[in-house]
Parts: sequence; structure tokens; C-alpha cells
Amino acid sequence: MSKVLIIAEHLHGKLNSSTARCVTCAKDLKAASVDVLVLADAPDGIAAEAAKIDGVSKVLTGANAANAHALAAVYAPQVVAIAQNGYTHVLAPSTTFGKDLAPRVAALLGVAQVSDIMSVADAHTFTRPIYAGNAIVTVTAPADKVLVATVRTASYAAAGTSANAAPIEALNVAVELPTHTRFVELAEGKSDRPDLQSASRVVSGGRGVGSAENFAVIFKLADKLGAAVGASRAAVDAGYVPSDLQVGQTGKIIAPQLYMAIGISGAIQHLTGIKDAGTIVAINKDAEAPIFEIADIGLVGDLFKLIPEIEQALG
Amino acid sequence: MKILVGYKRVVDFNVRIQVKPDGSGVVTDGVKLSANPFDDIALEEALRLREKGIATEVIVATIAPADAQAHLRNGLAMGANRAIHVVTSDAIQPLTAARVLLKLIEKEQPQIVLLGKQAIDDDCNQTGQMLAALWNRPQATFASKVEINGGLARVTREVDAGLETIEVDLPAVITTDLRLNEPRFIKLPDIMKAKAKPLETLQLADLGVESGDHLKTTNYAPPAKRSKGVMVKDAAELVAALKTKGLL
Repeated sequence: MSKVLIIAEHLHGKLNSSTARCVTCAKDLKAASVDVLVLADAPDGIAAEAAKIDGVSKVLTGANAANAHALAAVYAPQVVAIAQNGYTHVLAPSTTFGKDLAPRVAALLGVAQVSDIMSVADAHTFTRPIYAGNAIVTVTAPADKVLVATVRTASYAAAGTSANAAPIEALNVAVELPTHTRFVELAEGKSDRPDLQSASRVVSGGRGVGSAENFAVIFKLADKLGAAVGASRAAVDAGYVPSDLQVGQTGKIIAPQLYMAIGISGAIQHLTGIKDAGTIVAINKDAEAPIFEIADIGLVGDLFKLIPEIEQALG
Repeated sequence: MKILVGYKRVVDFNVRIQVKPDGSGVVTDGVKLSANPFDDIALEEALRLREKGIATEVIVATIAPADAQAHLRNGLAMGANRAIHVVTSDAIQPLTAARVLLKLIEKEQPQIVLLGKQAIDDDCNQTGQMLAALWNRPQATFASKVEINGGLARVTREVDAGLETIEVDLPAVITTDLRLNEPRFIKLPDIMKAKAKPLETLQLADLGVESGDHLKTTNYAPPAKRSKGVMVKDAAELVAALKTKGLL
């Protein structure tokens, strides 16, 4: 039977919902146990959140001042030390946190890694996307080795909360940690809007929005809908919005219930980031734009005229 | 200071990928092959560091079948000083690629290894991190800004929360994100010059790398298609349609 270890993602003392998405994936492994590891300088509050996720057997904490920031080179040897306590699977979310950390863990364990699990066939067989999601492959990992994988968060809903909190166990992880990698700073996009990766509604703008100033119309509509704001690569490259808003193959892969693509033509690399969305709405002045091929609801016209009309119709 | 650049050949990003009807792979016969776009960015960054006088030599390396020499010549034409071709006819997975690159590191002793953050064919996003682990050196992934100062690299990384800056001791592995730079175009005279640049060929089998397929791919399938939806004529109709779906 599988014993799963999930590496918790957190920031500013708060657990990221990507962790609960990994728990949902772990359930498909039919595991005997699903433990969550919280490495942090002060892990207790984060661990308490993780303990409430339905399906979690136990939460392990590794408190260390060196864990104040999620540096892969610092986390990886600790994960490896803990993984060697009989775990068969080590999972991390396919976010920049997990993508940075998991391969370092896999290499230290001398095993291959499965990136971006979309579905589980059995404990060692998975589907994952390649070529920007234009092909889905079935891969099998050796059953006699620890399986290290990242979980494509858009493919899994977050596990719910449980009435009974899982036990929390503080570990003393005695491994030497490198000092060759040091955190300097994190410049965050300051926003009171919902988080792009977990929002149920997302309004995205593309090159058609035309400028950073014009992006105000996207933000305004998003606020009216209580939505997060995203952008195409073209809009980010043009400097309209910061890079953390980019949706697509190399940006964020998201699965909101409602995705509104405004002034986005729909390059294949963008579409790969949204194909798990519930309903896709496209607004574009070009009726031939590829975005209309996959949109559930399409509207051709000038976004600057249509957005105020939509706001009015919303009441 | 030497910089080693990983330079993978992939199906060009403009090619519309088709899965073979029997599920045995994707169609690659006759399709255009190009440098992985992230690796072009890695090479460009290495060249800029050389132009600033920080690096003295830029080496491009690839692990690919014998016919990939023209691909490496492109890297030389872009400006690399020399190239290393590790020849294999096998498809190489990231852990093997990392082990091969480690052999090249042992041979060349670079201070910086620049790689694309992911290859746009397998989309694994693993090789740089694995290499850093095997080398027991720092990794600075998803770089959008790189500053070298003596034995240190200060790297700004594109992370989900925004832009994170870390400082790493050299030698180190740096993987590139999209906005690190815009790669230069290759000029015709440089293509001629590249023909005279050194290109070393090594056989993968001779490197003593533990190889083999770690993951077995058993099937390729096209993605689930989203069906074409409906067109609405105006804003009011759009809002009404969203209300009908229970989305507002």
C-alpha cells in the first residue's frame, strides 16, 4: 500500500490551496496514509490548517529558521530525509514552488519525476500533458522506487475540510543545510482581488486591451464580478501587467468556473492554461480569432464599448 | 569564466502537434525543428555576460541524434565559442540529461550553467533542478533578471506570488524564464563563421552515465476537445446566457 508525503506550499504563514489539491490527487492513489509535511520557520499555524484537510492522516512539521523562505536547495535535503521513512510517494503542487523543489528531491533520491499529474490510473501510472497540452501521455514509473511527482493543480479540486483534525507531529530533521542559496526579497503583486490560481471567476486581458492604462477596464469588470485578473503572454510582454498575472503554458494553469478572455486572440500556449475552465467567454473584435474555437460563449465587438454595456447589464 | 548552455532541439513552437492515430507518439516526420525557445534565451544571456566581460567563453551543448549538428551550428552562429554534441539516438529523460550535463561540468568546470526552465516538447521543467542537486550546487530557476558580481549571482525569479530575488554562490545552475531577454537573430555572415568553430562530438555510451528509461510512456492521446460554443450578439445576451448557466 502507498504511503504518500505531500509537501505543503505556504506563504506568510498561510497554507496555499494547492496543498489541498494534492490531497485530492493522493486519494486516487488509494494510499494507506497521506501525510503533509510543513517546512517553515514557524510551522504551527500552517500545520493546523493542513490538519483540517479531509483525507490527511498526519501533519509533520520541520521548524527551522532556515525554512523561513521556500528555497529548494534548503528544503530538498529535509524532504529527502523524511521521505526515506518508508514513503512510497512524494507529491508537490505543480506551482512554481513545487516545480522548483520536486526535481531537486527526485535527483537526490536518484529517481525520475512525473511532472503535472492530470489523472491517476494506478499507484504508478499517470496521465500528463506534453507539447503545451496538445498531447496527453500515459506514463508508468518503476514500482520499486519512490515516486516523486508534481500535481497539476487545475486537474484537481481542493479537498474539503474535516471535522476531526489530523494529528500534528513535530520532527527534528537533522540534516546539514546549504548556505549557498539566500533569499533576498519578494516583490508581490499587491492586490485585494481573489488569487488567480484558486479564483472561481477570472477576467483576462490580452494585447487587444492596448495599454497598461486601458487595463483599468479589465480590473473594473473583474471587481464588479468579484473575479481575479489574468493576462495573456502578449499583454505581459507588452508591459501592461506584471508577470504573475500570465495565464498559459509557461504561466499559470487555471480552472475557474468562469473565464472571460477579453482582447485575447487565443494562441495555443494561452489555451493550454484555461482548457479546464468551466465556461469560457471570449470577447474579441476579430471574429476569426482562434479563441472562438474553444469559447463556450463568444461575442464579437469592441471591448471598450462592450465592457461598460456588460457592467450595465449586470446591474 | 566559462558558461555552459544547454541547447535542446525541439519541434518548432509554431508546429501544430498531431498525435499519431495509433497512439504511439506524435507526428515528427517532416516537421520543423528549432532550438527550444527557453534555451535560446539561455544562450542569449550567456552571450550578454560575455559581452559585458563577465564570461570569457560560452559553450553550447546538446544531447541528440547525429543529425543535430546543424542545430548546434545555429548556436555557434548566434555567438557561442564552441559546441559539444553528446550523440545518442535514444529519447533522453531529464534525469539522464542532468547526469550527462554533470559529466560535461566535470570536464569543463563552468562557473554558470544556463538552461531553459523547460523544454516545450516534454514540458518537464526538471533538468536544471536535477543537475543542481547532483552537482550539489545552488539553483536559481525561472530567472527574469541575472546579475553577476564576483562569485555571486543575484537572480530575480518569476514565481506565482510575484518576483522573488535570491542570491547564490557560484558555481550555480540558472534556468531562464521568458522575459529574461529577447534572443538576437542569427546573421548570414555568422552562419559562415560558425562553420569554422569547434564542435566536439562525444558518444553518450562513452560517458559512463547511468541511463535507461526511468518512466515508460505507454500511450499518446489527443487532449479532450472543448466543443465550439454559441455566439451571442450583444452584452445583454451575454449576461443573460451567463445567468442561465448559473454563473452570475
